[in-house]
Amino acid sequence: MLDTVRPGNPPDYLSVSVRDARLTHGGVRLFDGLGITVEAGRITCLLGPSGVGKTTLLRVVAGLAEPEAPTRVETSDGLPLHGRIAYMAQQDLLLPWLTVLDNVLVGVRLRGEPRGGPLREEARDLLARVGLAGREGDRPASLSGGQRQRVALARTLMERRPLVLMDEPFSALDVLTRLRLQELAAELLAGRTVLMITHDPLEALRIAHRVHVMTGRPATVGPALEPPGPTPRAVDDPALLALQGELLRRLGE
Amino acid sequence: MRLLRAAVTALVILAAWQGLVWLTGVPRFILPGPAAVGTALVRQAPLLLGHAGVTLAEVLLGLLLGVLLGSVSALALASFRVARRWLMPLLVFSQAIPVFALAPLLTLWLGYGMASKIAMATIIIYFPVTTSLFDGLRRTEPGWLDLARTMGATRSSVLWHVRLPAALPAFASGVRVAAAVAPIGAVVGEWVGSSSGLGYLMLHANARMQTDLLFAALAVLGLFAVALYAAVDALLRRALPWQPDTHSSDEKD
Repeated sequence: MLDTVRPGNPPDYLSVSVRDARLTHGGVRLFDGLGITVEAGRITCLLGPSGVGKTTLLRVVAGLAEPEAPTRVETSDGLPLHGRIAYMAQQDLLLPWLTVLDNVLVGVRLRGEPRGGPLREEARDLLARVGLAGREGDRPASLSGGQRQRVALARTLMERRPLVLMDEPFSALDVLTRLRLQELAAELLAGRTVLMITHDPLEALRIAHRVHVMTGRPATVGPALEPPGPTPRAVDDPALLALQGELLRRLGE
Repeated sequence: MRLLRAAVTALVILAAWQGLVWLTGVPRFILPGPAAVGTALVRQAPLLLGHAGVTLAEVLLGLLLGVLLGSVSALALASFRVARRWLMPLLVFSQAIPVFALAPLLTLWLGYGMASKIAMATIIIYFPVTTSLFDGLRRTEPGWLDLARTMGATRSSVLWHVRLPAALPAFASGVRVAAAVAPIGAVVGEWVGSSSGLGYLMLHANARMQTDLLFAALAVLGLFAVALYAAVDALLRRALPWQPDTHSSDEKD
């Protein structure tokens, strides 16, 4: 129903803020009064060590976890986020019984919408853009880990949602594959509103416009660090390496 | 190669059997030699085939009915909490009472014809089919469910497009078990009371000391059971090409 925006580009004017976020897990307060803003049309990275509660924060925004009072998720247009997010996880979550093309179109299938020619064309186009032209009819099992995550990226883009949420999407890949996918993601997600979670400072610096560090117990979110230059940034950019040192210092605090 | 191995195994067993008969000089009505059984197989072929046809029909119909009923039950169990609360104890209880004890009752209610044997086969396979599919439906990868939720899928759509296909490998195991035990149900039914079928023929031959005919019927039944299992297994493999096959048939020593 909220998908009626289909022809044309996804609205990228949406910005989202989480305010007064609180999370208690097993009697331990992981964070309280935490806030973060995801600016419209930009990639925001939330960087933090594992166990800090960043995945739960993302799940709250995604509507997959119940927010603990008084957590609020606010949108710039005041409308609820339900039905307006695309979610990409660490695992590719491809359905093994569907072909690559059908996996890209799985959202359409799940909503029972007609899977007509134009959509299939769009899915083919997206697969070509992630470098998987010609693999449409293959099953996920015949793909490598990197290729599978490319399909997952195409599936995420196929959803054309105003907000893209990514939970360590490349952390299960080997270094070279990861670097290549970061470049691809930065290109394809340009202009979209994205909140991405990662524990890799370099990854955050390469593709994010704004990087927040989330550390401590109870955890706090630091001020946004805005790496200079267009994305994706080169791995050997000296400015980037200096910032990486700064981020590692903040993470270690 | 596999066929050759199977042939060698069969030959060795037959030779040992014949040797036992020669060495002990056991009377023919206690243990006929393989040659005698072979003669009976050939001479009584029309009789054996006629009864085998009846048993085959019972087994196939029982299998069909049991798989159908089991699938519907499992889907109901997975979909409705009410069904889980009311049907689950009944299911466990139905498995707790030995089906063999029910055979006389079923014969009393459904008569000496095929109906009581089909019912026996159905009851004996209902439990493995239901539990295997239900288990499969309960163990869907949580990430897939999360993804489907963010995509705005309805409960029934998730069941149909995600949980059911994901449960098919588990269901296939249940159906394989069912194919292996369905002949038992039919034959037990025939023993208790019938006028045709391999079980009846075996009982009849036994009473008349036609032990060679009994063995011939047993051989036909065994061949049947193996062929049925192989056919079901091949069918399921073909239907689920994406299923990971950890049971490798060409194991290295």
